[in-house]
Parts: sequence; C-alpha cells; structure tokens
Amino acid sequence: MEKFDIYLIGVGGQGIGLLSETIARAIDHAGFEVQGVDTHGLAQRGGVVESYIRIGPSHSPLIQKGKADLVIGLEINEALRGLNNYLRDEGTLLYSQTEWQPLAVRIKEDRQDVSAAIAAECNERNIKKVIADKIKLEDARMENVVILAVLAREKIIPGVKKGHYSLALQDLMAGPVLDKNLEIFLDVFGD
Amino acid sequence: MKKLGDVLLQPDSFSELLMGNHALVRAMLESGVRVVTSYPGSPTPEIGAAITSLPRDQNPLYFEFSVNEKVALEVAFGAAVNGRTSCVFFKSVGLNVASDSFVQLGLMDIPGGMVIVLGDDPGANSSQNEQDNRHFGRLSYIPIFEPKDPAEAYNMFKEAVRLSREKHMPVILRLTTHVCHAKQKIEFAPLKLEEQDNKPGFSPEKYGPYIPLTSSVFELKKIALERLKNFQEEMEDSPFHEVINNGSDRGIITTGLPFKSLMEVLPEIEEEVDILRLGVVHPLPEKLIIKFLKDHGEVKILEELDDFLEQKIKSLAYDHNLNTVIEGKVDFDDWIGEYTPDKVWDVLEKNWPDLLSSREERKPIHQAIPRPPQMCPGCGHRSAFFAIKKALQKEDISVADIGCHTLGYLPPYSLGQVLLSMGHSSGTASGLSLFNTEKNVVAFLGDSTLFHAGLPGIINSVFNQHNFTLIIMENDTTAMTGHQDNPGSGRNVRGETKKIAIAPLLESLGVEKIFEIDTYSQAKLTDYVKKAVEFDGFSVVIAKHPCMLKFSREQRKKGRTLKKVQITDKCREIHACVSAFGCPSFQLNQDGAVWVHDDLCIGDGSCIQTCPVQAIEIKK
Repeated sequence: MEKFDIYLIGVGGQGIGLLSETIARAIDHAGFEVQGVDTHGLAQRGGVVESYIRIGPSHSPLIQKGKADLVIGLEINEALRGLNNYLRDEGTLLYSQTEWQPLAVRIKEDRQDVSAAIAAECNERNIKKVIADKIKLEDARMENVVILAVLAREKIIPGVKKGHYSLALQDLMAGPVLDKNLEIFLDVFGD
Repeated sequence: MKKLGDVLLQPDSFSELLMGNHALVRAMLESGVRVVTSYPGSPTPEIGAAITSLPRDQNPLYFEFSVNEKVALEVAFGAAVNGRTSCVFFKSVGLNVASDSFVQLGLMDIPGGMVIVLGDDPGANSSQNEQDNRHFGRLSYIPIFEPKDPAEAYNMFKEAVRLSREKHMPVILRLTTHVCHAKQKIEFAPLKLEEQDNKPGFSPEKYGPYIPLTSSVFELKKIALERLKNFQEEMEDSPFHEVINNGSDRGIITTGLPFKSLMEVLPEIEEEVDILRLGVVHPLPEKLIIKFLKDHGEVKILEELDDFLEQKIKSLAYDHNLNTVIEGKVDFDDWIGEYTPDKVWDVLEKNWPDLLSSREERKPIHQAIPRPPQMCPGCGHRSAFFAIKKALQKEDISVADIGCHTLGYLPPYSLGQVLLSMGHSSGTASGLSLFNTEKNVVAFLGDSTLFHAGLPGIINSVFNQHNFTLIIMENDTTAMTGHQDNPGSGRNVRGETKKIAIAPLLESLGVEKIFEIDTYSQAKLTDYVKKAVEFDGFSVVIAKHPCMLKFSREQRKKGRTLKKVQITDKCREIHACVSAFGCPSFQLNQDGAVWVHDDLCIGDGSCIQTCPVQAIEIKK
C-alpha cells in the first residue's frame, strides 16, 4: 500500500485514544503496515488531544505539518485547527459537528463562525469535506463509532473495509459494550 | 477481546500492535525481572498499567508505585543487591527526586542487575522543563541506551538486563515521550517463565563493600570507571548502532527518535549524506565515531536538547588530530523543543538546506481559537478555586504545586503564581512570607504530592514557625497521571492497605490550625480560608473532594446514567456559572443565553450554588 497519513484531533474526554487504537488495528487487520502515536499527560484535561496514524512505509510516528492525507476532527473547533496545521491540499477532512466551546468563547474573549471558516479553507485548498452523521447518542463517546462507520461507508482509508473495523472493535471491546457499538456502527454504515 | 495482560503473557512468539510502554513489560517478563517500582509520571505510567493488567495469579513481577522516585529507586536497588533483577521507571524530572541515591548506584556491585527506565520529555509535553538526563549518566558512571522506537525499546531492555546482570552494574534505558507512546507492530520472542529461587543473595563479603565511606569511595569509584570502560569496549560493535553508508563526504551523527525524524525529512533518494545512529549514548563507541569522522569531510551532530554528544565528539576529534568539520548546535533554537520531523527540517536547513525534501509554508485563512487544558466537569478543584478566590485579596501571593490543580493558574481563577517542582510549595511560601507583612501567602499542594515530597516542607514550616496558609487539594488519587493510588487512598496496586489520613498526620506533626472541608461546600471553604489566612502562623486547609473524572468513569462502567443540570427561566444572564465558575459544561450563545452541554455535564450540581438567582437545577 502507498503511504497514507491520518491526523486525529479532538478535546480531552472525547475518547480519541480508543478511536485511534481502533483505526490502527483496522489497518493492521487489512494487512497494511501501520504505526502511530497519541498525546498523553496534562493536555488531556479538557485541552487539545491529537493522534497520528501512518499507513505504509514511514519513519517517524509523527506527521509533518501540512502533509496528512486525512484529518479527523472530533470537535468542530479542533477540526479547523487540524485542517490548518496538518491537512495537505486536496486531502480529506472528516469531522463531527459536535462543539465544546473553548474557554475564550465562554469568557467572552473570542468567538467565530467555525463552519464558515472550515468551508473557506476547504474551498481554497480543494479539500474534500465529509461531515459525520448527526445521531442522538446516549454517551458522547459513542460519536467515535459513528466516525468509524463513516470511514468505512465512504471508503475514506484506502483498502480498509467494514469487516476490518468490526474486527478492530472486537479486539478492544466485549459484551454489551461491543454489542452497542457494533449496533451503532452497522446502523450508520447502512447495513 | 484481546486483553493486554493475556497478550503479554503468551508463551509462544507473536507479533502485535503495541505501545512502547506496554512492550517493555513483555521484555521484563522475558528477561526474568522480578521487582519493578515506580512513581507515576508522564510519559511512563502506562508501564504500570500494563503490569497491573497481568492476571494476578500469573504475574511473576512484584510491582509497586512507591511514594516517590527516590524510594522507588531504593526499593529496586535493595532487591537487586539481594540478587533479584529489578527495574525502576519514572519520568524525566523524577530522576531529580531520586538523584541522591541514584548517583551512588554506579559505585555499587549489583549482582541481580538493575535497569532504570527514564522517560525524558523533550518538548515538555507534560513536564515543567525538558531536561536532558543524559548528563546524569555521565555524572554517575552509568551507561545509557537510547532506542529509536518501541520495537527497539523492547530489544534494548533485554540487552540492558543481560549486561546489567553480567557486569553487576546499573544500566539506563532512556526513552523519550514519542518512543514511550508510539505504537507499532512488534515481533515478540517466546516467553518461558522460569522458577526462580528465593535464597537471599545479599553478600557484602562477596560483592561489597557497600558502605562508600573514607577510602572505599576511591576504590569503588575506580571500579565504577573500569566497569564503564569495559561496557564501552563491549558496545563498540553493538548491533544497536546503525550506519547508513551512501559514500558521501557529508555525515550526520544522531540518535533515537531524531534519527527517524531525519529519515522523514530526507528525500527518498538520500545518497547525499551518510548517517551514524548511536544506540548507546553513554559511554560513546569511540572507535566507531572516529572512523565515521575520518571517513567524512563534514559531520553534523543532530541531537535533541543539549550538546551532550557534540562536546564529546569534538573532544575526540581534537584528541585524534582530525580535521573533519564538525557542525553542532547553530543557535539557541537548536537547544529547544522536541526534534519532530518539522523541527529537524528547521535545524538541518541552517547547515545543509540542499539535503531537504520540499516544504511549503502556508497561512490559514482563519486561525482556530486556542484551547488551553482545564479541569474536568465536576472537578472538586474548580469549586475550591472558585471559593478560595473569594477569600483572598487581589494582591495576596499564591504558590502553585504539581497536580491537576496546577491548572488553577489559568483564567478564570488565576491562582498559583510560581511553580518549581513536586512539593516545593511550602518551602517557597515560607520564603515568600519572610520580611513580608503586607501580603498574605497561600500555597497549594496535592495529596499524592504531600506524601511524595511535600512533608519536609510542612515539617519545616512547623519547626521554623513560618507564617502562611497551605491548602491541601485532596482528591484521593494521583489523577493527572491516570489515577494511581497514593498512601491516602487506602489502596495500593495489590488491594486494600492502611489509609494514612492527612488531618491526623498534620496534627501529630504539631500543626496548630487545621480546617477540613469538602470543596463542594463552597461558602464554608471561603470562610475557612479567610480564617486560616487571618491566623498568625502556619495554618492548613484541607480542601477535599474525590476526583470526579474517576467517579464518572466508574459510574459509566457500571452502566449508570449520570444526571444533568439545566438552566431555568430564572436566568438573568449574569454568567457567574460560565465565566467565573467556568465549568466547561456551560456554553454561551452569542445572544448571551447560557445552556448546559449534555456531553459534558456529569450532574454533580456543584454549580448550583454559584448562581446568584438560583437558575440552575438538576434535570428531572
């Protein structure tokens, strides 16, 4: 497989670690070489969290700025940040419209129309924009499985298919949690 | 489901996608390590999580989170001089705490073998500095391995154990943040857990002396130097050093993760440069380096953080009359930050821009709004800071310490104006209170940090009659690093243990004025802090509430649904909840309306009392 680099970004508490682990395992199940790295530590407390996944032959687990083929944003402000910093021209941006306001917005120091900012940047740089389905979920962390299903349905990661994602979920979960996640996955996938 | 503990204990060889920290535990098992100790600190605490994931009845490792890094190192040392192979792991600045005992290790004959796993943090991702701990290896005559990735960390650990046992000397495995946390598919060797004997191996007669006093210091130092020399000779042709020879006149000497960054920024055909990657960074393989210098007209030393290799390599060139041009650090920027691919690009551009692959600089149309870290919804520290701020004068001095509560220094609380290290707050506050009659001094301290390094400062405050208020932010856990237990939790990694309660401990030390209150009782906490600050002398307020992140995770695991709060029509848009209290669950619309984000709210209700018009209620 050719090189394909994925940069994930979200807010601490959204469960990006598990999403990233699932995607990396799905890629492994698809038989491709994969490496990656997550951020840990203090930044996780309600701050920006990021994760890198690299498919195919690569050296560093870290991706250079502006060189990711795919940016996944779990939150809309973070999607803009990831798009600005890491996505290459003509790449793909997949994001959730979930918004967790940054502190500056809540203390009235800043505010912006994030959707418009994302649209402008995508337009300028010929970026394919995919917005994750909006579904009522009992736990916000289940948004991650919606992202997985969209990745599978839209065939965003070359060569990684529905079955690979589902195997990855089975590696990492069991019992009712697995059942619930698979149910949402299949529902969004449209099976 | 693949359980980590089962994966790590598989008897046959296998390959698996694993994080560096997790892979190390397989290396421990394979190499017959028996005792592992630590104090939690990023980037290494997942090593502990992997050990505790091993099914208890099959786990051959004794493991503990000790009260601090120094004690952890001493426990590991004690085990190793008794013949048990041991490992201690901690973060970069943890070595400062451990250093008093650490610097003695090189002098000791350690028959069991002992590996120190250091998690250095270039880029200060989760530390108060980005200190370069390679200096400590030189200071204490202890060798240092430096892996480039998780697979190599796994293999180097086993080699470190082998050498440590064979030579009876401590060995450091120095990891950096993105080696600890990187994930890759690793080939693991078979695991054969052997029956180990429990005969005491401690023998000062055979392996000692172990008392480094008077003339024995010199004898022991000489032995340490000899051991190091012997190690150096054996490592000259270690397979962990890597040479990429393209027949160029230009060469780069580098190590670890910066090597991988370098490979990333070179174009695919990199025949323009040769590379020597060192797997052992102390002591250096001198013959290998001299040969590399002789073979090249120009050599660039590409090293993260300090000029540790540069100085040594330049002095080698001098000693050997080599006229190779050696390029080291160009400016201060080269000393600062993690050597990511982008950083290595910046560094190399100063010397050899022609080597680099293309890079475009672009300016985004709209910048994203910054998102500083913040305390979690329901966090007891938020209630504490909100209440404490009301008790203090604007000009009062506040001293931060290390823990989640460090985040109090950020708006909207802005409490905590100075920070050195774990447990510094009492000492620093004592100094700030001298010749100071105008401003009150308040210091913060977490519970795990109190046991870690906070007690001497507290005892000193009693002993030397200092005048300030210490606020102990007790949350029953070590939250920031992943909820490890501490002596105040009533549990350790094996189960129930005697809980050391803080108030009686302080009483027994002779602290005269102690207040204790749950932080959700905000008005009372404000009142107590006022009283404590007014007290002439050393006073303590224990501001406690269990970690709500831990609580909410446990609730979700049990399948319980958390309650939510909501804003009622009594709201007059005063914004105390969203702007002053600052719980992230509150969201502010452009028109001034406030609403509660159900993704974030955990229904703790600590916000209800912050509303002057009682417009917050628990959703029915």
